[in-house]
Amino acid sequence: MKTLVIYLMAEPETPELARAAVEGGADIVEIGFPFSDPLADGPVIRRAAERALARGMRTRQCLDVLERTHEVVPDTALVPMTYASILEAYGWERFAADVEAAGGASMIVADLPAGERPDLRRVQLVAPTSTDERIALAGAQTDGWLYLVTVAGTTGARGEVSPALPGLVERARRLVDVPLYAGFGISTPDHARAAASLADGIVVGSRALQEAEGGPDALREYVASLRAAI
Amino acid sequence: MTTTFGAYGGRYVPETLIPALDELTAGWEAAKEDDAFHAELHQLLTTYAGRPTPLTLIERFAPDKRIYLKREDLLHTGAHKLNNALGQAVLARRLGKHRIVAETGAGQHGVATATVCARFGLECVVYMGEEDMRRQQPNVERMGLLGAEVRPVDFGTKTLKEATSEAIRDWITNVDTTHYLIGSCVGPAPYPEIVRELQRVIGNEAREQILAAEGRLPEVVVACVGGGSNAIGLFYGFLEDADVKIVGVEAAGAASLGTGRTGVLHGARSSVLADEDGQIADAHSISAGLDYPGVGPEHAYLRDIGRVEYVGATDAEALASFRDLARTEGIIPALEPSHALARAREMKGELILVGLSGRGDKDLAEVLRQ
Repeated sequence: MKTLVIYLMAEPETPELARAAVEGGADIVEIGFPFSDPLADGPVIRRAAERALARGMRTRQCLDVLERTHEVVPDTALVPMTYASILEAYGWERFAADVEAAGGASMIVADLPAGERPDLRRVQLVAPTSTDERIALAGAQTDGWLYLVTVAGTTGARGEVSPALPGLVERARRLVDVPLYAGFGISTPDHARAAASLADGIVVGSRALQEAEGGPDALREYVASLRAAI
Repeated sequence: MTTTFGAYGGRYVPETLIPALDELTAGWEAAKEDDAFHAELHQLLTTYAGRPTPLTLIERFAPDKRIYLKREDLLHTGAHKLNNALGQAVLARRLGKHRIVAETGAGQHGVATATVCARFGLECVVYMGEEDMRRQQPNVERMGLLGAEVRPVDFGTKTLKEATSEAIRDWITNVDTTHYLIGSCVGPAPYPEIVRELQRVIGNEAREQILAAEGRLPEVVVACVGGGSNAIGLFYGFLEDADVKIVGVEAAGAASLGTGRTGVLHGARSSVLADEDGQIADAHSISAGLDYPGVGPEHAYLRDIGRVEYVGATDAEALASFRDLARTEGIIPALEPSHALARAREMKGELILVGLSGRGDKDLAEVLRQ
């Protein structure tokens, strides 16, 4: 059974959306803590972050959303995804402790590559550009699973699944002994099927945010279509 | 190789860029040791860019003191930015990159980048905020004439902060073919060191020139600080001279060092304008080149150790110095170094060196509008 990871931006509606995603078949929900200058993100997630910030979603409010989401879907791993500036301001250790206390399972820091701050437990990312040495380092330092960035690029839907994915999966299998979940650019059931045939799971972000605009029912239906495909 | 400056600097970027930064570091280390690199760059700086730039004594602008201007405004393309753009273009060619992306605020770095790309036949894409395109229209047109594609950035502050983010996103997407020609001593390592080393020529020349002219070192060295590249270049000529006071002048509404806090922006830990949650704040300056909420990590370090003092100047003070220098000396400065002039004219001290980082043609419309 392949793992399905869905990304949602932290907003007041997130607990209900997370419930819908889980009902649709999501195994893990990433919760974006918005940052004003998200370098790894394309326009969809960047705009969602701008909106969340305009609605007052600062670190404290995001942690509250995390806690309420955990109450709604207590058996689903919730993984905050954010940027280093948020942790720098909040305090690195304090952030990790408060995420855990709120029911978070690990975290992803998009601009904190393997090797930087090794004491901070988090899911590491590797990319097609990563050397074997860096994939091995990320695999050794990662927390539970490894996030395979399928393309050289930012988050957001693409027309096709990246041709770089098979090679990246093959190298990571050889170098790393944790589950491999592929993300960036995966948006349709066909993409999901193709990526999941290679990796152990898939991550869908930008398109999930767009579907979530239509409310919990639309998101549930979309996630179910991905679930059926993998 | 310097990757951190005290607690500042580092590489806070997505993993995709790490191999490119490693490659750039290796290429830079090799170039630094290679006489051919230095010879090529020296040739370009002297025969193409117009180095050395003169040191000009001005006597009417502030009659009670002797102020010398380091005339980077007389460099080809009108600002110090060309020193860095030429060096990085030579480096990019050594790395086999044929496409260049850059960000620009005032447009001076964009023009310098477009210029070197034209000179070497490199593809050039420059990201620029829509607000800056309005404020610095002549530079947008210059970049077009030079064959660069200027891509407007229409979200967020629509200024240098967002243009830098978009340039980095482009680099992430096209990293195999593309060199990111960053314009200031900011960004992930090794950029702050590369840019500083390429701008050090300003301070090295100025130190020799003022010794030749006055037989002594200045009491104070002053430069404006946005990202801080002209300042770091000038300051490095005098950092070891303990008796020389060094002052960086920020725009009062964009004082990353004066009123900022430790944060992470555009790949480096530095002093940034941010709220208590780490969200980057908007900067405000009449000068597009200083309108940036971050600053080079080495400046944050120099502030903390007390070697450099950082102060502010308001829009109005900068405008007054802009007009006064034009009227008293026949030199139209850019708005950015007008901030340094505003503090220099009222300083204690008789012999003062000011970095005149660029010329003001680009600012005429904005100044006349005020």
